[in-house]
Amino acid sequence: MFPFETKHQDNSTAIITDGGTCLTYGDISNFSGKIHELIPERCLLFSLSQNTPGSLLGYVSFLSNSIVPVMLDSNIDAVFLETLINTYRPKYLWLPDKRVNEFINHQVVFSDHSYSLVKLEEKISFALHPDLAMLLTTSGSTGSPKFVRISYENIISNTKSIASYLSIHEQDRPIISLPMWYSYGLSVVNTHLSKGATLLLTTKSIVEKDFWEFIRVRNASSLSGVPYTFEILKKLKFSEMSLPFLKTLTQAGGKLSEELHIYFSEYALNFDKRFFIMYGQTEATSRMSYLSPEHALKKPGSIGLPVPGSEFNIIDDNGNEVDQPDMAGELVYRGKNVSMGYSSCGDDLLKGDENNGILFTGDLAKKDEDGFYYITGRKNRYIKLFGNRINLDETENLVSKIISDCACTGSDDLLSVFITDETRLTEIKNYISTKTGIHPAAFSVQYRSEIPKNPTGKINYPLL
Amino acid sequence: MSNKEKYIQVFINSFAVKEKDLVTLKYQGVGTWDSMGHMRMIAELEETFNVMIEMEDILDFNSYAKGIDIVKKYGIEL
Repeated sequence: MFPFETKHQDNSTAIITDGGTCLTYGDISNFSGKIHELIPERCLLFSLSQNTPGSLLGYVSFLSNSIVPVMLDSNIDAVFLETLINTYRPKYLWLPDKRVNEFINHQVVFSDHSYSLVKLEEKISFALHPDLAMLLTTSGSTGSPKFVRISYENIISNTKSIASYLSIHEQDRPIISLPMWYSYGLSVVNTHLSKGATLLLTTKSIVEKDFWEFIRVRNASSLSGVPYTFEILKKLKFSEMSLPFLKTLTQAGGKLSEELHIYFSEYALNFDKRFFIMYGQTEATSRMSYLSPEHALKKPGSIGLPVPGSEFNIIDDNGNEVDQPDMAGELVYRGKNVSMGYSSCGDDLLKGDENNGILFTGDLAKKDEDGFYYITGRKNRYIKLFGNRINLDETENLVSKIISDCACTGSDDLLSVFITDETRLTEIKNYISTKTGIHPAAFSVQYRSEIPKNPTGKINYPLL
Repeated sequence: MSNKEKYIQVFINSFAVKEKDLVTLKYQGVGTWDSMGHMRMIAELEETFNVMIEMEDILDFNSYAKGIDIVKKYGIEL
């Protein structure tokens, strides 16, 4: 199963769903053969993803047959989907049966596992660069036609290094609950397929009884989550649940608070589990660094060390490398998993590699004396308040120490703070003013019933 | 405010929904009732009624109607 290095038997189980469907690696190969007959040529395809067998079989088959999938959310807004179709002119759509009626004038060439292959009208397609494997959305950019161009080598190298540092093997049974259109979710799928493991595919969320029932009945061995998954796990008193088969927890998709970092590291130590904190971006296919369990308690707040075969540098505003410990600068990553670049229109699909293995992450970071890295903020989230350079992320961290649900945005000379407790507006205003030493007039503290977040849990600032 | 009114208010605050839509409201029935919204609603119920809701009940709490039965278990008359 290109591009995954497979070490599996055809009769070994590849997928078990929460609905009880079981599929083997042989079933995936057969499915892939069918797709090859239906789509013999290399072309662009939109894959509307969800955590169901149809979606997964399609994804693997497209990659194996050099068909280039654009990984989208199956709940994508119909108007936005139409815009994307007009921009990129895919030849096919792979989507849940229930959305086929939106394409009533087009031919359904194949249906299986509640998914359908829809052929779009013949329009002149855009040429595809030979290295291009798939297109992924950047997190949170709903409404934007900007994609990240991922090459076959990107997938192969990142899959290999993640599988090696997590020691993934054939007996693993990961819960696949993160979305497949999200680079982190997709990396969990890829790494386990590459080792012939059994994917436990679910559409349920961690606040549903059926989710935990599925974990227990199917002896799930690992769980992956974003920071808010861990917030919820803690509130659910996860540590009191008896889950003897669950051995590995991984976290990525944003910075975990130090409190949760320590809480889950201690939990893992006490219950003989492994807890990995990881850092990545879609622009690097998925993963750039990880903090291994043995260092978790010694290095709270750290994103660890670069994944095997890659390196980090920190550079200052003038582009010079910062070599001293504890000095912050932009984090620059070098590795074979650095994507080819972005695309914002069909013509971009023919572009080759524009990054040459170097990614300017836009994140500010420092390293400690032992060489462990820490994210300190986002490069572009700076504003000036009455001449003071203020980092919005740092301000958010500051406010979150006394009120956890908050978000900061701003333009020069006005920093807006959004909180979900309307009784504390004045208190927060005075608190930031005192902490920063800047006049309260520079701050506008506003009430919102909730802080808008995108599906991966990151704050959706434009919606504030 | 009666307990029922308080219960209704927690839902309106948590999920930004109209009172008339509450009776049929289920988990993931509106965008605001996702996993995070769920935990926020539970926290607000706990604060409003001064109770600690057990994990089993948090996971069982999958609709407005079901929630009434769950809250009643904690000795709250609705």
